[in-house]
Amino acid sequence: MQGEYIIKQISIFSENKPGRLAAIAEALEKSHVNIFAFSIAEANSFGVVRALVDKPDDARSVLEKLGFAVQFTDVIAVRMKDEPGGLHAVAQILGDAGINIEYAYAYSGKEAAVLILRVSQAGEAISKIQAAGGSLLRESDLG
Amino acid sequence: MFWNKEMETLRGRDLEELQLKRLKWTISQAEKVPFFQNKLRAEGLSADDIHTPDDIRKLPFTYKTDLREGYPFGFFAVPRRDIVRIHTTSGTTGKPTVVGYTRNDLAAWADLIARNLTMVGLTPEDTFQNAVNYGLFTGGLGFHYGAELVGMMVIPSATGNTKRQIEMINDFGVTSIHCTPGYALHITEVVEQMGTSLPSLRIGVFGAEAWSETMRQELESRLSIRAYDSYGMSEMFGPGVAFECTEQNGLHIWEDCFLSEIIDPKTGENLGPGEKGELVITSLSKEAMPLLRYRTGDITMILEDDCPCGRGRRIARIMGRSDDMLVIRGINVFPSQIEHLLLGIPEVGDQYMVYVDRKNHLDEMTIDVEMNRQTFSGELDGLVGIQTMISRKLHDALSLRTTVRLVEPGSLPRFEGKAKRVVDRRGDL
Repeated sequence: MQGEYIIKQISIFSENKPGRLAAIAEALEKSHVNIFAFSIAEANSFGVVRALVDKPDDARSVLEKLGFAVQFTDVIAVRMKDEPGGLHAVAQILGDAGINIEYAYAYSGKEAAVLILRVSQAGEAISKIQAAGGSLLRESDLG
Repeated sequence: MFWNKEMETLRGRDLEELQLKRLKWTISQAEKVPFFQNKLRAEGLSADDIHTPDDIRKLPFTYKTDLREGYPFGFFAVPRRDIVRIHTTSGTTGKPTVVGYTRNDLAAWADLIARNLTMVGLTPEDTFQNAVNYGLFTGGLGFHYGAELVGMMVIPSATGNTKRQIEMINDFGVTSIHCTPGYALHITEVVEQMGTSLPSLRIGVFGAEAWSETMRQELESRLSIRAYDSYGMSEMFGPGVAFECTEQNGLHIWEDCFLSEIIDPKTGENLGPGEKGELVITSLSKEAMPLLRYRTGDITMILEDDCPCGRGRRIARIMGRSDDMLVIRGINVFPSQIEHLLLGIPEVGDQYMVYVDRKNHLDEMTIDVEMNRQTFSGELDGLVGIQTMISRKLHDALSLRTTVRLVEPGSLPRFEGKAKRVVDRRGDL
């Protein structure tokens, strides 16, 4: 099953001004949502905060209640060796398969480093990674 | 110097008789337009009820919104075949206002511009650079034909490429330039940055947007010129309705062509000389598009004393607007146009704010609009695309470059009662 490797990323629209990230983080703290990884993408006056969290539905509802525009985005997570060449190995698989990475960010997990990827064809990326011996995470494996 | 001394100095009974004759003609001309025909009928009025120019007060007002309803040709009083040109001006919503001209209208308009330019001392010996938009905007062709009528050598330089404009002034020995005051200041700065000067230039004619006395002093001293204010609007031919003489103390409004009143914009009551209010104009010689008691929206007053130059009525320089119209880089913008446009874009909400600033002496408009949480894809690309799309649509509608900023839903102020969605942060200069 490829579907089990699709992970829900939470994407939050935010204006590019002081205090916005603090407001998001405070809301997540108050609802006891743990953030595994996050990144910010910005375009002149605004940005999108992207996060992988332990309770995406709770996170979404609390942020929406505060007025934020929130959307789930499908991403995949790949285990990397936390040593030189770890990123290269994963990126090589996708490059060889002709799969373009729209954006990516990473975190250092408990067992291994994790690369979060947003690609246009997630299904194809999953099969190529698996075929090349790569290891993908399920939502329950995060953390 | 006079271009048409008889008309420029016509006073007293002679003027009144001419105005009365032309007003009666204008009313009968207006009756060929269904809008005016219905209005006059409803009031039981006709040209026969007009016995003095002051009887104009019996007639109802005409508003810019009325003209919009007539889009495109509803206000033409002559057959289509007699119209030889049209211009357009931005309306209060998506559609512009179309103004039409007969051959006689174009001649009358050029004559008014010739009066204005001659009044400030320009002659066939002069070289005139017309640095304004030459398209549907009336400032380009309007001044072009008037300056040619005077007999000046005219350079239709239009807008843009400031360094080239400066080169032309120096290479062609330009003595007079027409542009917006904001663009004149921009030219001034570029001249200074280039470490050059404009020794041939002696007269600047600036209009299409309001400008202050401070700005005049700035332009006059930095460019070593005399700077004159030009007033007009497309609905009354275009520029040329009123113009400063060399006294630089008020603008002479051409009384043989325009009947002017000052009213209280709230009550519609007529105000006397020296009282500040909205300028209302009735055309007296326009064939294609006669207008009765047209509400210009511009705030001014009639000056009380006589001008030493010998010409007639003067109005003060424009002090503001009675409505929410903005003049940005010489282009009329109504917040309702922006609203109308945003309402048609599902990716954004209907809340917005407009900020107007002056950066490097040029007007800049920034629009904050709330993004719509329902259409949020979660991706940055989509948002940037929406921003670009809105900018492009605004450019198409307003002919203005604007900066669009998407903001969080619910973050813009909500207004109870009259919304104040426009923040004009331009100072005096």
